[in-house]
Amino acid sequence: MTRLSRRAFVASSAGLVIGLTLPLKSRAQSGAAAALQSGATDGSTFAPNAFVRVAPDDSVTVLIKHIEFGQGPFTGLATLVAEEMDADWSQMRAEHAPANTELYKNLAFGMQGTGGSTAMANSWTQMRKAGAAARAMLVAAAAQEWGVPESEITVAKGRISHPSGRESGFGALAEKAAQLTPPEEPALKSPAEFRLIGTDLPKLDTPAKTDGTAQFTMDVYREGMQTVVVAHPPKFGATLAGFDDAKAREMPGVTAVHEIPQGVAVYARSTHAALMGREALSIDWDDSGAETRSTEEIFADYAEAAQEGGRDAEMIGDGAAGIDGSDQVIEAEFRFPYLAHAPLEPLDGVLEWTEEGAEIWLGSQFPSFDKPTIAKGLGLSPETITLNVMLAGGSFGRRAQDTAHFANELAAIAKAGGPGAYKLLWTREDDLHGGYYRPLTIHKMRAGLDADGRITGWEDIVVNQSIMAGGPMAGMMKDDMDPTAYEGATKMPYDFGNARTGWVSRQSPVPVLWWRSVGHTHTGYATEVFLDMLLEAQGKDPVQGRLDLIRADAPRDRAVLEKVAEMAGWDGTKVKGDKAYGVALHESFETYVAQIAEVSQENGLPRVHRVWCAVDCGIAVNPNVIRAQMEGGIGFGLGAVLFDEITLAEGGQVEQDNFDTYRMLRISEMPEVMVEIIASDADPTGVGEPGLPPIGPAVANAWRALTGQTVTRLPFTRATGA
Amino acid sequence: MTTFELNGKEVTVDVPEDMPLLWVLRDELRLTGTKFGCGVAQCGACTVFLNGMTRRACVTPVSMAEGGFVTTIEGLDSAESRAVQAAWTRLDVPQCGWCQSGQVMSATALLREIRDPSDEDIDQAMAGNICRCATYVRIRKAIHDAADTLEG
Repeated sequence: MTRLSRRAFVASSAGLVIGLTLPLKSRAQSGAAAALQSGATDGSTFAPNAFVRVAPDDSVTVLIKHIEFGQGPFTGLATLVAEEMDADWSQMRAEHAPANTELYKNLAFGMQGTGGSTAMANSWTQMRKAGAAARAMLVAAAAQEWGVPESEITVAKGRISHPSGRESGFGALAEKAAQLTPPEEPALKSPAEFRLIGTDLPKLDTPAKTDGTAQFTMDVYREGMQTVVVAHPPKFGATLAGFDDAKAREMPGVTAVHEIPQGVAVYARSTHAALMGREALSIDWDDSGAETRSTEEIFADYAEAAQEGGRDAEMIGDGAAGIDGSDQVIEAEFRFPYLAHAPLEPLDGVLEWTEEGAEIWLGSQFPSFDKPTIAKGLGLSPETITLNVMLAGGSFGRRAQDTAHFANELAAIAKAGGPGAYKLLWTREDDLHGGYYRPLTIHKMRAGLDADGRITGWEDIVVNQSIMAGGPMAGMMKDDMDPTAYEGATKMPYDFGNARTGWVSRQSPVPVLWWRSVGHTHTGYATEVFLDMLLEAQGKDPVQGRLDLIRADAPRDRAVLEKVAEMAGWDGTKVKGDKAYGVALHESFETYVAQIAEVSQENGLPRVHRVWCAVDCGIAVNPNVIRAQMEGGIGFGLGAVLFDEITLAEGGQVEQDNFDTYRMLRISEMPEVMVEIIASDADPTGVGEPGLPPIGPAVANAWRALTGQTVTRLPFTRATGA
Repeated sequence: MTTFELNGKEVTVDVPEDMPLLWVLRDELRLTGTKFGCGVAQCGACTVFLNGMTRRACVTPVSMAEGGFVTTIEGLDSAESRAVQAAWTRLDVPQCGWCQSGQVMSATALLREIRDPSDEDIDQAMAGNICRCATYVRIRKAIHDAADTLEG
């Protein structure tokens, strides 16, 4: 197969940047996985830019700069390219772009990484330009080949044609197109011309995820590879004092035991042997620098700290001053536990270190951090390292490691073991014990009502630990304020006249991380439940009361709330028979979501039957993917509020080990979900996270209507004793 | 040495008898469609058929397979499995995909037992399979759809 010179560009706000090199990959796959990793990459003759490959067989492979772990970027970003190329969906393929910050950075972050529900939003113009440029070059090639003006050529469903009857697929013109110069500003379609965007195109990764052929990190096996598990300190911040590995080394299949900065690593010929070897270790830990407080002690500290009031995250009007002297003051303190992400594929990575360099297979959410971390750990220059971004079995934020702690551990086990191939595996217990949790948080809330029942002021004091402080993303903080700690408790759509959001930052050796929808996981709950309490005190309807408070400049919040009320047939009746209905509205990541939950009581816990969900995420690129993300966000959020908490026992040890004590929502607990998407011509925004924040408060508000109990401490199992 | 039939072919492995079938399938035989999610039979990602019955391979010592027959996602080939996988594809069930081999195995086993399962049957048969992405709405619908195509 001829390989012609490849030029690359990346669109940026500054225009088009011409790059020189393009990454190539070769991974042979069988079964449905071939649809993800077609031969197109290797066999392509036309690579108009860093994102698009056209092969002689007409297949178009899109290199996806965002990791696919279920939220749909393979399908969504390939749709944008296909739309502008006028390709047929059946010829489209998707694969991960390799680690290359210059070519594949997230335009919202300036580094290669996925998060904050930004994949679609930051790729929207870039990927359409990539497709439009490819189309323009194919058209120009056809015009030259046929000796006709470009203006007479049309493209539809992957066929290029001219009124004279000349017709071609993309593949036959690829070689000629590859010799042309990419246009700098290719024309983009207007929304009225969209043919694929806005339709339920089948997801590209579905077949391989249905027949078992999809390749994840754990599925990578290299010649002579050793599997490695690490014994980590049982308490956060503890360090290794000493260990005896004699019994571990005697285990059949165990090849080595090494001390590494993260703990004690056991190397073996099989996973089973590695796990048996780790069991046989005898280790002494030094707890002198460890977090030894229990969850209850940490909550007590936070509650006391809340009294300080914190620094202003937002001040509107007179802030909290309006509350004092009100006729009625309503207060509530909400407590949110640490939460583990628990992606079903635990953290894992494969590293092969040879004389030439290193090749890594990793579900890397932040390649811009993971790759240099491994280079540094092994003492190699980054140019000698290839990082293959793999499909990952979920993340929900867990793989978005600003500190690259897992990549660091992967490099450490290789460094200690010497050149060779290694698979580092965290078990479920390692995962749940391993930290990087959603921060434990308190919201101390207060509001006043005047004699006429009007809100005089609103105050929300948030106490938790910063995710970004001290890490490489601390630069995104301003004045030492971490917006991810309180996002959603600020910039609310409601006009309270006077409002203040305060933030008290606390520290602990327990590492914390963004958990699906980040700050909104707790701010959405605290604000929407507290607001429901105020509306009740005012004798107002939960829907109309919110509509009355929504600012005139927040029409999208208003529209989703009105839509969901219409969907659910809301008539102001909160309780009907044995079922109650709760409402919540929350915007996150510039996507607006309102939900109504239908709840009854079963064995002392909420039983959620149906959820109505209205979402406005701008132009709906793939409505079916949007519905799927609303369903998934609702199920993920519901399981968390009902069952989940990571707790530290007295002494500081995590009490949950596996899914028997950290319980996942199961199929019988999943409600029916009805989703409607607001028609919009605004640029698209993300859907991976915003479906989650409203479900907790919607259920809690229904539960309060049903039972009179306001659940201010999550999860429900703790609050209700069920 | 343990000998059993795997997806229609006889295999012999020289591994400790207590090695879980999951790791024999993955580490020794390189059939990676069967997934590891918990190791304690809580999540169902490692669901296989042992002598025709669903088993959690992560807690099944390989010695239990001696002389028996094992079917994994790679070896599924029946009217039920084809109906299930077609419905899974039609409805775009998977998100991250990690649990879906196990879901497909359990759904196939259900349709083999009950041709037209009720919602309660589905709740019961699929109770042991966690989907962290919560694709449950679609799993339920896909099982009903698959049942319909089998009936038709």
